[in-house]
Amino acid sequence: MMLSPDFVILTAVGYVGLLFLLAYLSDARAKTGNAGFLRSPIVYTLSISVYCTSWTFYGAVGTAARSGLEFLAIYMGPTLVFVGWWFLLRKLIRIAHSQHITSIADFLSSRFGKSSRVAVLVTLIAVVSITPYIALQLKAITTSIQAVSVAKGGGTDHLATLDEVTLALGVAIGMAVFTILFGTRNVNAREQHPGVVAAIAFEAVVKLLALLAVGIFVVFGVGGGIADIYARAVEAGVRIHESEPFGSRWVAVLFLSACAVICLPRQFQITVVENANEDHLRTASWAFPCYMLAMSVFILPIALYGQSTMAAGSNPDMFVLTLPMETGHDALALFAFIGGFSSATSMIIVASIALSIMVSNHIVVPLALRAASTADEAGERDIAKLLLRSRRISIAVMLLLGFLYFWLTQGSDALAPIGLISFGGVAQLLPAMLAALYWRTATMKGALAGISAGFVVWAWTLFLPSFATFSPVVAEVVANGPWGIRALRPEALFGMEGMDPLVHSVFWSMLTNVTMLLCGSALTSQTALERIQAALFVDVFRRARSFKPRILRGSASTSELFFVAERVLGWSRARALFDSAGVPHRQTTPQQGVPADFIARLERELAGSIGSASAHILLTKAIAGDAISLEEMMQIADETQQAIEYSHALEVKSQELHSTAQQLKEANALLKELHQQKDEFLSQVSHEVRTPMTSIRSFAEILMAPDELTPEQRARFITTIHNESVRLTKLLDEILDLSALEQGKRDWENVPVDAEEVLEQAIAVCEALARKRSVSIESGARAGSCIVPADAGRLSQVFINVIANAISHNDATDPVVHISSRRCEAGYVVDISDNGPGIPAMYHKTIFDKFVRAEPDGMPDSQGLGLGLNISHKIVGKLNGRLELTKGVLPGACFRITLPTLRAAEIVAVP
Amino acid sequence: MTDILIVEDEQAILESLEFILTRCGWSVGVARDGEAALQAALRFQPRLVLLDIMLPKRGGLDVLKILRSNAALASTPVLILTARGQQYDRQAAMDLKADGFITKPYANGEVVDAVRRILDSRPRPAASRAHA
Repeated sequence: MMLSPDFVILTAVGYVGLLFLLAYLSDARAKTGNAGFLRSPIVYTLSISVYCTSWTFYGAVGTAARSGLEFLAIYMGPTLVFVGWWFLLRKLIRIAHSQHITSIADFLSSRFGKSSRVAVLVTLIAVVSITPYIALQLKAITTSIQAVSVAKGGGTDHLATLDEVTLALGVAIGMAVFTILFGTRNVNAREQHPGVVAAIAFEAVVKLLALLAVGIFVVFGVGGGIADIYARAVEAGVRIHESEPFGSRWVAVLFLSACAVICLPRQFQITVVENANEDHLRTASWAFPCYMLAMSVFILPIALYGQSTMAAGSNPDMFVLTLPMETGHDALALFAFIGGFSSATSMIIVASIALSIMVSNHIVVPLALRAASTADEAGERDIAKLLLRSRRISIAVMLLLGFLYFWLTQGSDALAPIGLISFGGVAQLLPAMLAALYWRTATMKGALAGISAGFVVWAWTLFLPSFATFSPVVAEVVANGPWGIRALRPEALFGMEGMDPLVHSVFWSMLTNVTMLLCGSALTSQTALERIQAALFVDVFRRARSFKPRILRGSASTSELFFVAERVLGWSRARALFDSAGVPHRQTTPQQGVPADFIARLERELAGSIGSASAHILLTKAIAGDAISLEEMMQIADETQQAIEYSHALEVKSQELHSTAQQLKEANALLKELHQQKDEFLSQVSHEVRTPMTSIRSFAEILMAPDELTPEQRARFITTIHNESVRLTKLLDEILDLSALEQGKRDWENVPVDAEEVLEQAIAVCEALARKRSVSIESGARAGSCIVPADAGRLSQVFINVIANAISHNDATDPVVHISSRRCEAGYVVDISDNGPGIPAMYHKTIFDKFVRAEPDGMPDSQGLGLGLNISHKIVGKLNGRLELTKGVLPGACFRITLPTLRAAEIVAVP
Repeated sequence: MTDILIVEDEQAILESLEFILTRCGWSVGVARDGEAALQAALRFQPRLVLLDIMLPKRGGLDVLKILRSNAALASTPVLILTARGQQYDRQAAMDLKADGFITKPYANGEVVDAVRRILDSRPRPAASRAHA
């Protein structure tokens, strides 16, 4: 099959017809309130991919072929913004929704006191910056038509004889007509175009599928897999690693593309203005980066394969088309052409709609309002009609400008540099955007100074040099500076030579832009309206939803207001608005009582159609004579500010109170628990004290009548009294000991102690008790001298307590206590085990608690108070060691004491 | 037949109680934990039980509850002796129809008087009187 130019162009026209049908049907559906899928996060995400223009479709392969991985930066900037900075986008959307923002110019103008000057400046910058971008799309379409059709050399068609410029003019005219039909069929309330969005989303799918199809064809069809392509490229001598991927130029491109995805008028239009639901951003924040990943995945293989197989000198920007054609796959080439065509048309449509809104709202309408000196005169013209007409004309002018730029800069073959020029231009809006969102005291004059200074530097350093191939004068300026002043050479300002022109331009323009913004804002002050708007923007998330600042006070007659509203909104919408607010629209006598709320609402509605600056001018004019005095404005501004701050302070206060209450609650619960523990402890102590006191008192009373007793009885009773007194004393000692240990601080100094020696002494002390109970103490493996940081007395107390427990609780017929020690990684370990009844399982958890006596059944007369193990446990804890119940060599209980040892160095250090 | 069953796990207290009560002419049996107390009560059929509350194996209040639910022992008077003087122990004991509550440490006379008052208010069983 041969692709004739006629056939290709007819296909493109047919495709456009399809898009138009799609848009028309979607609009019709949206109008019946049946938007459904059209308002889904997926469609939103797909429409954001209007970012991927023909530059990324064709140009990415070209960039990859010329500069290696640089093309990735174009995708990574937006990815960083959507993944990492989505909160910034969310704030943008929230503000735009609450303020009825129609464009990026409207956004900045509204923030900086509804300033017309800001709006006009931003609009002009957008027009100038986007012109090269539109030219780029024209160039892409033109080149691709030629590549697909003329490459085959079919000379019979009359279109084939057209030169590039005529073709581009034809394309420009076609696109203008198409966009006018598409985007300006009516003036929408909020400048939302569901039909256009649907068509853009459809085109997003088409361009992705087309690029993937070519990619799969190249890699798996003719290329034979990634590895083969790579090998072939190496063989063909393609310099794969020639360019440094992460250099300063790479960073500059990354930065510019991140700016662009926020500041490009078409991105603002799609991401912010056309957004139907803030939550869609959640989906877009991951889905859009995924889309770009899919778009970029085959770029490198296509570029490598193209470079290694195509004839030298063939245009790498067109590899996506020429590779399928080389192998005779014309259908695939046609599909790829449609994909590229989709990328270009979607950009042209959205960009020119966004620009036309800006031009008509911020330039044409204010001029018309100014021209009409009285309201009556203005009334003769229907503003709605004026808007439509001015938008149509602006679209045509935009495309004409694009065409002119294309015509003037024909010399350059590559697509990408043109795109980066545009990016550099719109990036000048970023500092003001960030200030609008986060810097409350940024002033209108600061923003104006920053934007215009940055723009001038950009125009001088990047925009102007792009004409060098066309104009010898420009070439001369680039080479030697204006009037021979070399310090002002556009690509080497102040002698900064040898730098990449893009990096050079980004550096100087951003430096001047930010400096002017900061200094300008510091040196000038805000007007009342600016302060109000700044508060509304910066604190958009803090503001109570019901809070509406009143800015215009009205005693204008409602009929005058209705007249204004009707001119902008049309009779039916104006009528609906007045009815819904309960304001009569036929009242002719100027009476007091149009609510200020209603005027504010009317202003927002008007702003939705003509931008906030124009709406403000229009309404101020309608209620002229009622202009609020400066003091009143200042007061309102302060009230607004205070109300916002006060509500924020309240919020913070209530959070603090809540958390304090929570803390008190927790503290109270803890105190209650401690109180209960204390009660239990006292009750236990009381019981433990009363028990020996009982027998002491009882025997003492018996002994008071000594004559009834035998001497043996008397001796026995006195011994009991003595033993019980000793027990009582021991109890009191232990309680005091425990109390001291529970104070938290240890009342001794840890010094190097030979634990083994202490253990030896403790065993010796227990020998007497063991003999009395006929218990034999067995010595197992021993560690040998081992130095630990401890107090010898306290450590001895622990050993004696545990050994004595093992002896006295052992009722085996042949009672044995086994003691072993060793060194291991954890330190010094002593195991004391016995063949007694062991600790019943029910006590395993509480054995180290106070007053727990794990008496095995039938053990008579155990004198334990249940404090010994608790004290030992606390002492070992303060020695940084562990006392635990474990399984030992004998069947009964086994207690293990683990103590950290001192390393040799520490022994020397501690005296 | 035994006059008094002493249930007490503290050896010294048990010894002193045994001494003063025997000296007054009553016959005395002993038990050192809750389980032993129940068995001894069934075996001795005592006229009075002196019962500690903090006991191994089975607490004194638990023992009292079982005694009260046993047909043969339900009417046996029980005198609680305890080192836990809290109000709720006393209340729990009274709810289970204990016949007296003495807090340790006590005067010997206190115990003797209480025992005598209870034993005197109840006629001695015939078999036991003959034995005496």
